[in-house]
Amino acid sequence: MTAMIEITNAEKTFVMHLQGGVELPVVSGVSFRVEPGECVVLSGPSGTGKSSILKMIFGNYRCDGGRIGIRHEGAQIDLATAEPRQVLSVRRSTIGYVSQFLRAVPRVATIDVVAEPLIVNGAARAHAREQAGSLLRSLNIPERLWALPPSTFSGGEQQRVNIARGFISNLPILLLDEPTASLDAANRAVVVDLIDEKKRAGVAMVAIVHDDEIRHLIADRIVDVTSFAAAA
Amino acid sequence: MVENQKAGQDNDQPLLLAEGLSKSYGRLMACRDVSFALYPGEVLAIVGESGSGKTTLLQLLSAQLAPSAGRVSYRMRDGVMRDLAALGEAERRFLFRTDWGYVHQDPALGLRMAVSAGANVGERLMAVGWNHYGRIRDTASSWLERVEIDIGRIDDAPRTYSGGMRQRLQIARNLVTEPRLVFMDEPTGGLDVSVQARLLDLMRNLVSELGLAAIVVTHDLAVARLLSHRVMVMKGGRVIETGLTDQVLDDPREPYTQLLVSSILPA
Repeated sequence: MTAMIEITNAEKTFVMHLQGGVELPVVSGVSFRVEPGECVVLSGPSGTGKSSILKMIFGNYRCDGGRIGIRHEGAQIDLATAEPRQVLSVRRSTIGYVSQFLRAVPRVATIDVVAEPLIVNGAARAHAREQAGSLLRSLNIPERLWALPPSTFSGGEQQRVNIARGFISNLPILLLDEPTASLDAANRAVVVDLIDEKKRAGVAMVAIVHDDEIRHLIADRIVDVTSFAAAA
Repeated sequence: MVENQKAGQDNDQPLLLAEGLSKSYGRLMACRDVSFALYPGEVLAIVGESGSGKTTLLQLLSAQLAPSAGRVSYRMRDGVMRDLAALGEAERRFLFRTDWGYVHQDPALGLRMAVSAGANVGERLMAVGWNHYGRIRDTASSWLERVEIDIGRIDDAPRTYSGGMRQRLQIARNLVTEPRLVFMDEPTGGLDVSVQARLLDLMRNLVSELGLAAIVVTHDLAVARLLSHRVMVMKGGRVIETGLTDQVLDDPREPYTQLLVSSILPA
């Protein structure tokens, strides 16, 4: 088996205790796999659980049943049952997550925010910053902003910083939650190029994109999430 | 979310192990049957409201309080796991002076308020046998720099410092001996929000640079999110929910945790 991600019958239900224990089934029977170098796009109207599936693959949402098999350091690990330390290890060396929103750390310069994932994995600071700079340049973040913390930036700039931070790593799996949502055409094209580059490097990706044109450009396969809609 | 973890890279043995820890005061159970393992470089947050038993647990874990039942073991620098209750006086002193740090909510409890900042930091070094004045002073000043205290204030006593500076000085005093484990009791409690942000950012960087393990008691979920890898939620002396920090905060399971998470006021 070479699949990077292999999900079998995963399911998720929220129990809202503050609303009298209402059960909110989100998804069930989620099954699909992603091979290296492949970009799978999750499709379906909002509210069908696309983001929840992405969060389950990242270990951010707990999985109530089934299996989330991730190829991690040469072996398959089931994230649905993994220990917190294992999930952290998977996030450090296997799975990256690019969300729409940057959770900014106060006071850290943009260039360091972007370089951090490389440094954590042992790259030299100078080399990491160099790569961070070239990504920021290609995403049209002017050099005079690099030394400032991104918390002061506009929404679109923050999103591009986040994309740079997500794409700088050499992780074999990337999860993309609407990476192009509020970008202009030029920057959308840059992101499409970055995704292509990752494909050539053998990275397995799962993406959510609402823009039909972008979906067309990046998707190798589309998984329709409505078929996983949990019966309420 | 803390993303730069060094935990677990080659450290597969727990640093600290709590097994069935309980503490009762007469009929009141302040802490019931708490068990967990902490690994080197891992930051664990203990959250819960006042009276939930967080501080009692921290005191049990740091051997300041004897448990009514259960035990805490710690891996000493020679790699041997030792039951804290069975340590000799010299070994306990070694832990408190060198291998552990303890950051109090009230800096006045962790500092000597009437002696200079330099002496506060240097004292921990002298306790482990440093005796060269120049080296002690150099090390103390480099630590003051790391916690962003102006070197010009090195000879001033912390009672002349602001709350945020006192807390940073307390951190420098604790970290100067390069401990492997730091206990923190509400480290940002009582500080202004802007001062808190600066302190959190500083702590986050120090913890990841030094590969420290830490156990942080806080009622502030934002502090837990920024600093910790894992969270334990306490209520009525029991641990009711535990897991990865972002998992527990973004997908809380227990009614009480859901209440805590939903009670955060948006900024």
